[in-house]
Amino acid sequence: MTVDELTVEEEPRILYQPPELLADRSTSYCPGCGHGVVHRLVAEVLGELGLGPRTIAVAPVGCAVFAYDYLELDFVEAPHGRAPAVATGIRRVMPDAFVLTYQGDGDLAAIGTGEIVHAAARGERITAVFVNNGIYGMTGGQMAPTTLVGQKTTSCPTGRDPAFTGAPIPMTEMLAVLPGVAYAARGSVADASSIGKTKQYLRKACQVQLAGAGFAIVEVLSTCPVGWGLTPVESVERLRDVVAPVYPPGVIVDRTSATRGG
Amino acid sequence: MTVVADKPTEAPLARRTRILRKGNEAIAEAAVRAGCDAYFGYPITPQAELLEWMARRMPEEGRVFLQAESELAAINMALGAAACGKRVLVSSSSPGMSLMAEAMSYMAGSEVPLVVVNVMRGGPGLGSIGPSQGDYFQATKGHGHGDYRLPVFAPSSIGEAMDLVATSFEVAEKYRTPVILLADGILGQAMEPVEEVYRMPPRQDFDWALGGADGRPPRVVKSLHLKPEALEAHNRHLRAKEAAIRDAETRWAGERLEDADLVIVAYGTAARVARTAIALARESGMRVGLFRPISLWPYPDVALRALAAQARGFLVVEMSAGQMLEDVRLALEGARPIAFHGRTGGMVPTPGETVAALHRLDRRTGGSGR
Ligand SMILES: Cc1ncc(C[n+]2csc(CCOP(=O)(O)OP(=O)(O)O)c2C)c(N)n1
Repeated sequence: MTVDELTVEEEPRILYQPPELLADRSTSYCPGCGHGVVHRLVAEVLGELGLGPRTIAVAPVGCAVFAYDYLELDFVEAPHGRAPAVATGIRRVMPDAFVLTYQGDGDLAAIGTGEIVHAAARGERITAVFVNNGIYGMTGGQMAPTTLVGQKTTSCPTGRDPAFTGAPIPMTEMLAVLPGVAYAARGSVADASSIGKTKQYLRKACQVQLAGAGFAIVEVLSTCPVGWGLTPVESVERLRDVVAPVYPPGVIVDRTSATRGG
Repeated sequence: MTVVADKPTEAPLARRTRILRKGNEAIAEAAVRAGCDAYFGYPITPQAELLEWMARRMPEEGRVFLQAESELAAINMALGAAACGKRVLVSSSSPGMSLMAEAMSYMAGSEVPLVVVNVMRGGPGLGSIGPSQGDYFQATKGHGHGDYRLPVFAPSSIGEAMDLVATSFEVAEKYRTPVILLADGILGQAMEPVEEVYRMPPRQDFDWALGGADGRPPRVVKSLHLKPEALEAHNRHLRAKEAAIRDAETRWAGERLEDADLVIVAYGTAARVARTAIALARESGMRVGLFRPISLWPYPDVALRALAAQARGFLVVEMSAGQMLEDVRLALEGARPIAFHGRTGGMVPTPGETVAALHRLDRRTGGSGR
């Protein structure tokens, strides 16, 4: 390539720009935290599908309670774990809205187990984003139902002992057995390729809602460097090498291709 | 979907008929006619007929009915629907109210209007399914955590309950607050002849309701204010709102007070027992009147205090071990002797017991001791 070719008068081709639905604001998330990546994916997917103006989102209790500071969407803040019930109420009275929940693993898999199971069982036409960092980030890194066996947290300082606190709950697999769940997938923020796949899952989970097919959930394996006591780089390595084998990424169920009630 | 005019609907006088209707069902129908958009609930005695009525009527009107997996879920569904500016009702009885406490606090904090009916039963714990007024503290000072008060309206007849349903929606929407309609197992279960008069409060255009940020900045309905200064400012705003409610929404009714030198203070079903007791006591020459609070918060303390000028003593009658009694004490500030008669556990005070308590109060306050 010559210098002349480089100076050809041509509009610069935009390879990347921040999604419109992502607020231009510095973040309160810790360095290396996965919530920021997931927020961006949500903003990109909703933007690409043109859903921003009709989305009503539900923020959890957890680090991602601040989602409404970063995503330019209408938001309601749910009590800890109750996002799926709050979203159900929205769904039932706003037939044309796009309804999104965003929850952590303490929120969804511990205190809110009842609400997520029943929203899924009813086949509520909502899209659930479930960010699994295996820990209670906001309250200082205590054990979650998703914490791995042997993992040390501030409330299991010698490592999680399944004889004492049970084994990690594969929440999304559990939900996937319910006929109301039209789509369930698990992605990860471990690397660029996983992030790309996660975006595809999220897009599909939104399309499922638009098609009226039922409940859709995307679990995203995510990092919590501060809670894990690791650097951001060590955290993504652990996510890829230690966490992902326990919670295998991929599509867990897709009932949209099969004919339902055929 | 039935289209109903968004203005108060009163049947012309000629068409007014009296029908026999169960309290729970009358409350439910009044909510339907008040323009309730969505109902969420969970079965519990003695309020289940309310949920069942809504299960039939709401779909008939093209509106939303959903039986939730718990009271916890029901009120959070209500939070979601009400955050979208819809007119929403939930109902339960005492144990279910405990489960709703968390969301009541969130809704008070995030200023979401809602009407909550509590058809009280005996407690604590699973208690009984009999009528009770044991949730007075919970309704007027308690439910969820934090520094807030919610309007509480207590009907003492089924007709009044129907009217207060519309009032509750009005107050909820005007002040952006949950409102509690406090009934008890007798009001819920009994049948009474009622006039079919309904009111539909006019709809407001809410500048906070969610619906998608289409051509306007995003809206957030939330109760989190992490900065102490911000949360204190929010609390000050809530206090100012409560002061406005105190000024405009305090309600009470008086009966036979003109010449009364003894006053019974009672609300809800207990007020009906008191009414009978007053008639009996007056036959024996006592001059007794009834002060009946209709809003339990804000409490009609100024009006009650004013009665101290004419009354020798006050008798508080409750279906509890003495909860409203504390508000009566606060209102009277020791100005006059206060007696109490209460039954608990699903038992209801009888007129005879109440007359006996009146006689004791009469003697204690220098009456002739008839
Ligand atoms: C009823 C209630 N219990 C406990 C808390 C404290 N609390 C806040 S966030 C949180 C855990 C959040 O963990 P998770 O859902 O995994 O989200 P993360 O912060 O890790 O993103 C807890 C226990 C609360 N706010 N409310």
